[in-house]
Amino acid sequence: MLGVVRQKMLGQSLPKIRPAVSVLRSYSSAAKQMTVRDALNSALDEEMSADPKVFLMGEEVGEYQGAYKISKGLLEKYGPERVRDTPITEAGFAGIGVGAAYYGLKPVVEFMTFNFSMQAIDHIINSAAKSNYMSAGQMSVPIVFRGPNGAAAGVGAQHSQCYAAWYASCPGLKVLTPYSSEDARGLLKAAIRDPDPVVFLENELLYGESFPVSDEVLDSSFCLPIGKAKIERVGRDVTITAFSRMVGHALKAAEILEKDGIDAEVINLRSIRPLDRSTINASVRKTNRLVTVEEGFPQHGVGAEICASVVEESFAYLDAPVERIAGADIPMPYAANLERLAVPQVEDIVRAAKRACYRSVPLAAAA
Amino acid sequence: MALSYLRSSSSRSANLLRPLSSAASLRRPISTDTTPITIETSVPFTSHQCEAPSRSVETNPSELLTFFRDMALMRRMEIAADSLYKAKLIRGFCHLYDGQEAVAVGMEAAITKKDCIITAYRDHCTFVGRGGTLLEVFAELMGRQAGCSKGKGGSMHFYKKDSNFYGGHGIVGAQVPLGCGLAFAQKYSKDESVTFALYGDGAANQGQLFEALNISALWDLPAILVCENNHYGMGTAEWRAAKSPAYYKRGDYVPGLKVDGMDALAVKQACKFAKEHALKNGPIILEMDTYRYHGHSMSDPGSTYRTRDEISGVRQERDPIERVRKLVLSHDLATEKELKDIEKEVRKEVDNAIAQAKESPMPEPSELFSNVYAKGLGAESFGADRKEVRATLA
Repeated sequence: MLGVVRQKMLGQSLPKIRPAVSVLRSYSSAAKQMTVRDALNSALDEEMSADPKVFLMGEEVGEYQGAYKISKGLLEKYGPERVRDTPITEAGFAGIGVGAAYYGLKPVVEFMTFNFSMQAIDHIINSAAKSNYMSAGQMSVPIVFRGPNGAAAGVGAQHSQCYAAWYASCPGLKVLTPYSSEDARGLLKAAIRDPDPVVFLENELLYGESFPVSDEVLDSSFCLPIGKAKIERVGRDVTITAFSRMVGHALKAAEILEKDGIDAEVINLRSIRPLDRSTINASVRKTNRLVTVEEGFPQHGVGAEICASVVEESFAYLDAPVERIAGADIPMPYAANLERLAVPQVEDIVRAAKRACYRSVPLAAAA
Repeated sequence: MALSYLRSSSSRSANLLRPLSSAASLRRPISTDTTPITIETSVPFTSHQCEAPSRSVETNPSELLTFFRDMALMRRMEIAADSLYKAKLIRGFCHLYDGQEAVAVGMEAAITKKDCIITAYRDHCTFVGRGGTLLEVFAELMGRQAGCSKGKGGSMHFYKKDSNFYGGHGIVGAQVPLGCGLAFAQKYSKDESVTFALYGDGAANQGQLFEALNISALWDLPAILVCENNHYGMGTAEWRAAKSPAYYKRGDYVPGLKVDGMDALAVKQACKFAKEHALKNGPIILEMDTYRYHGHSMSDPGSTYRTRDEISGVRQERDPIERVRKLVLSHDLATEKELKDIEKEVRKEVDNAIAQAKESPMPEPSELFSNVYAKGLGAESFGADRKEVRATLA
């Protein structure tokens, strides 16, 4: 799996000599590779080293080295005062984290998956997100809630939900969704340094994936701006927005579309709140067509917000209706074939892009 | 304490400790005398998993007079808020604390501003105890710029971070884990200070309280959980909500103390004891047996689930201000007239603050978009009609 990903990254950069970025890319194919897991671990390590107020709290983060090994080695390095194993009591320890942030510490609270964050959601929304506003600036809450979000593989309905849309609808929160190792490092560092509550949505299936990282990314001062999307692939014909694991799917779809003469622009959102509407709209004004991709439930989802934003700001530029690809509107099934049908696949993105380009029949045949 | 009363003290002789009768003819000024007096609490403390502190409390004339003045101020403030609410100058929720003043005042006497306090929505008097001004209270209640939250919080969201008062919370029970978090941070920072997390008998059944208490006990956090048991969670009496209303025992392995919450000196003694305990041994629960004269909030008459006789009975027998008045008079620390003068002054202070608060303007419309974030990053925000009203968050 890792080998395949790496091949694709290299294969992609060679024909696209035109933009200067990919020249660097072809050099960087010889650069360091780093898994998302290591990226997150190194970011935590560096931020804990730089600021004694940063501490990590969650289930199995210490002695177990992290349920997904994201916090490996941190207990040994920083000790039990700063790496705290908690009981299985999300409401309690999330509240304790927010209280510590009120006092001025910088907690990183891990949810083993964001499905469990629902037990603590009152603290995330009412105790953290709204406090700076309700207190007219007296009570800022420099906390990060992080953990895996969205579907994994075969874990069933209660362990597969994507919470991006729910958290991103709430003013006062910042919601980040890293895709690559560069994203993971830069955004987690930015999140920990940020004085506001950040919901940091990782993805379990990405933890083991490797991405090239430049020296700049590896530097301990590296940071990415919050609220800015990244154009992963420049294109002309259709804009595809995606976040987290779906960015990889969108890039694969773009390669397939290229063979059919459709040049797709892929935007890695990186930040769901604040949402980088200007990058999205600028792209749509260029391509005139939009496909939004997300893993989560379709109704009231991230794609719905992006579509509304583009209709409001760039209606005259749209040459086709906005297409949405999202998780199926059902609880996640277990059986492998059904699960595959419940999560967006590369071919779904390809099909939607072709529809947006009027290259395929808009409605499935009913007969 | 912001409300301490200052007048030049006369030289004090042993006269102070003699009953009123022998010194009736002398006219003494109210003093800042700190000569120790020992007074017994109304009832002894009941303890759980610990040894109760002595019911003999050390105090002094200055402190007792401060108690009187501060409680009278709080009482007057809450009654005035009642009138303002009925005049529709205060909107939404308004939860009044009259009857419970001894808890706020006794606690402050035992601690410093380095210790933290966090409470729920019945927070006006707790805020004042931490040094908040009457103007900040009334302006906030009326949604004006001079309010402690600049009009953006309302009754349930008073904060004073520079005195370590962390609100002001509307979700029942949430403040308890938050308070344990404050205690965590104090211990982490080696500040040698403690947190008092206040909650009611209604909140005492919340699961998150026990989650936070478990963690506090595991990690030896200097957290003091204070159950202000006024015996009614909104309209539900404690015996209808809790299988075991012995809230001071509900910590199981966590020690607890039951305190007469209408006796400011008992509250002070208990808080002093709890602070020493928490710094050495981790969490402890204090149950303050107290009473609210008003209903749960301004929309609750407070008499459908309890009798008027019960309410007036408590006022007769246990009122915290009357208790201190009797102590002051019986120890000859001030005359009845002097105490009445204090009450008149306090009334005037409250009236002045209300007048000033009424002058304060409502927030500017641009304040709609301020403080959403501490660091706005230039993100956009929108009004109801996003094509009409949008802002960049600084």
